[in-house]
Amino acid sequence: MRIVVCIKQVPGGSQVRMDPVTNTLVREGAKAVTNPFDAYAIELAVRLKAELGAEVVALSMGIPATGALLLDAAARGADRCVLLTDRAFAGADTLATSYTLALGIRRLGGADLVLCGRMAVDGDTAQIGPELAEALGLPHLTEVDAVLEADASGLTVQRSIEGGAKQTVRLGLPALLCVTKEIGFPTMPSIAGVRASRSVAVETFDAEALGADPARIGLNGSPTQVVRTFVPQRGAEALPVEGTAGQQAARLWEIFREVGS
Amino acid sequence: MAGLRISKAACTSCGLCQSACPAGALYIKRKAEVDRDACVLCGLCIEACPMGAITLEKEADAPTVAETTRDVWVFAEGLDGRPHPVAFELLGQARALAAARGGVVAALAMGTGAESWAPPLIEAGADRVYACEGDIFDSGMTEPFAAVLANLIETERPETLLFGATVFGRSLAPRVAARVGTGLTADCTGLDIGADGLLQQTRPAFGGNLMATIITAARRPQMATVRPGVFSAAPRAAGRQGEVVRVQQPTGLVLPQVLKTAPGAPGESIAAARVIVSAGRGIGNQKNLELVRRLAERLGGSMGVTRPLVDMGWAPYPCQIGQTGLAVAPDLLVCCGVSGAIQHLAGMGGAKVVVAINSDPQAPIFGAAHYKVVGDAVEILKQLLAQNKS
Ligand SMILES: Cc1cc2nc3c(=O)[nH]c(=O)nc-3n(C[C@H](O)[C@H](O)[C@H](O)COP(=O)(O)OP(=O)(O)OC[C@H]3O[C@@H](n4cnc5c(N)ncnc54)[C@H](O)[C@@H]3O)c2cc1C
Ligand SMILES: Nc1ncnc2c1ncn2[C@@H]1O[C@H](COP(=O)(O)O)[C@@H](O)[C@H]1O
Repeated sequence: MRIVVCIKQVPGGSQVRMDPVTNTLVREGAKAVTNPFDAYAIELAVRLKAELGAEVVALSMGIPATGALLLDAAARGADRCVLLTDRAFAGADTLATSYTLALGIRRLGGADLVLCGRMAVDGDTAQIGPELAEALGLPHLTEVDAVLEADASGLTVQRSIEGGAKQTVRLGLPALLCVTKEIGFPTMPSIAGVRASRSVAVETFDAEALGADPARIGLNGSPTQVVRTFVPQRGAEALPVEGTAGQQAARLWEIFREVGS
Repeated sequence: MAGLRISKAACTSCGLCQSACPAGALYIKRKAEVDRDACVLCGLCIEACPMGAITLEKEADAPTVAETTRDVWVFAEGLDGRPHPVAFELLGQARALAAARGGVVAALAMGTGAESWAPPLIEAGADRVYACEGDIFDSGMTEPFAAVLANLIETERPETLLFGATVFGRSLAPRVAARVGTGLTADCTGLDIGADGLLQQTRPAFGGNLMATIITAARRPQMATVRPGVFSAAPRAAGRQGEVVRVQQPTGLVLPQVLKTAPGAPGESIAAARVIVSAGRGIGNQKNLELVRRLAERLGGSMGVTRPLVDMGWAPYPCQIGQTGLAVAPDLLVCCGVSGAIQHLAGMGGAKVVVAINSDPQAPIFGAAHYKVVGDAVEILKQLLAQNKS
């Protein structure tokens, strides 16, 4: 059994901010980290490996430096680290990224279970999981909170649906799951794990090695494009509610009553 | 290979591109230079360059847009045997887009009883309803929906297709986009269409205080998911007439099996609350959240929070408002100690009256508020509760 965990490198620290004076981007704490949701996916993969005896592959499409994050996944229990890296992959939107990740998984000889995080905190689209499932022809479930039962033929999982409702679903393998933080807190790498990861080398593949169609990767393969970025406009000025806290509260009750509450 | 081109003739070495680059790929060496290994081709530098010296070049010429209609489609998700409220919000916006294009608005309804949704969908703005009756949809698996949508897209060729950014919409839309090989923009907060037929899809981006407008230049349909509560529902036109097209449900699909569905705890979702009192980090500590909850109760509403409060475990995730939480559209929203980050604002655009209480008179939340209360949120909450004992 092979479990592939898709890991994205995202900017660490806080985030990219806009400097209101110069109107330019300010990078804060720019050190790259593993997308937080993906750490939960690794956690689940390693847990299933212990139960079912699977090979766990950490997979990422990214710049060469992403290899370090994959090795961190190895320290947590991943057996192999696979990095898809090529300048031609740059500028990929979700369609081109999922195509590339699907090529990577095919190149490995396929997977019985593919795990993604709920979303990447930088792009925040939550689209890669379902798009990758489609590219691989696998069924998928999003918002998976727990795996209740697992055996070689399939999984029984719990997921969240509209309005906070929970659904228990039995699905056969192969399949793809996008997991939430409810899966369980990621454990720190053990010393044995770190030691074992030293013998793991990052396997890299470029576009040619994957046999990628140049028209389907990177910027060329991305149907969407950003045409404009801007700082959001403020609405009309808010009306001030002034005075002591007591006076402010009294005025607020008037406002609440006007609104009809 | 696709890449950034910098015109040395036009570049004035001002350095604005360098500060705009989130990847640290631009530097000035007499003129602007790009480190091609670091460049992620995001295009932010193009915006930043006052000289227009930077362009992004694709290798292949853009494929020509396949012939389509000018129609705007709305996926009408079901909820408790009726169309989800977001379907009516999307229809309102679809009408505006279709009017600009001279196209037709169609709604897609699938599930047991889907045909009975046609009259309300038509009254809310659909000219045509594709109705697919069938119990295969009722378990909420994406596959049968994707199969029907991909088929209809193939034969009917809509120009634009919109989904609600609900849990289900966000699971289904990417599946469909990948199947038909087109672009998809997640969680839009604004949609516009030009005479060229290009859908201008605006969403919060780059994890910061920035909005991005995204287009799908050469593939069709142009697909977007839109947060519930972003657009207001179109007014119903009683007796409005439209066409109903019956579609066969797909057969031969093997689906994951739903063993059990447990409803969410009552009052857990704040998406439909008429009044919300929300708290941010400025509330100080978890104990003070009790004040927020009590005021919400007093106003007959629910409590909402910002993401850091969920991350700290002070409140459950279904209370979170924002881009990665819920979009809310209450009549009254009282924000206590909320700074007003763009990701939070993205979830409160539908609120009718916003009261913000914040100790910092410069807090961005005031830019989104109707009433500005500068002060200590805890103190004012105590006063509010003291003045209205019941
Ligand atoms: C990809 C991404 C997605 C995100 N999604 C979401 C999301 O869905 N929802 C969300 O909320 N956030 C989201 N965030 C986080 C968001 O960027 C902000 O960090 C967050 O909203 C800030 O929360 P806050 O207002 O509670 O805290 P802060 O920004 O710390 O603000 C606290 C505010 O309280 C005020 N204050 C302090 N003391 C008092 C007092 N005594 N009385 C009154 N006011 C006081 C301060 O002046 C300040 O304005 C996301 C971030 C990223 C990168
Ligand atoms: N470049 C990438 N390499 C590997 N996995 C990715 C990449 N981008 C996204 N993913 C996976 O897809 C999930 C959702 O990402 P997104 O659709 O970008 O929000 C992430 O949590 C990852 O598991």
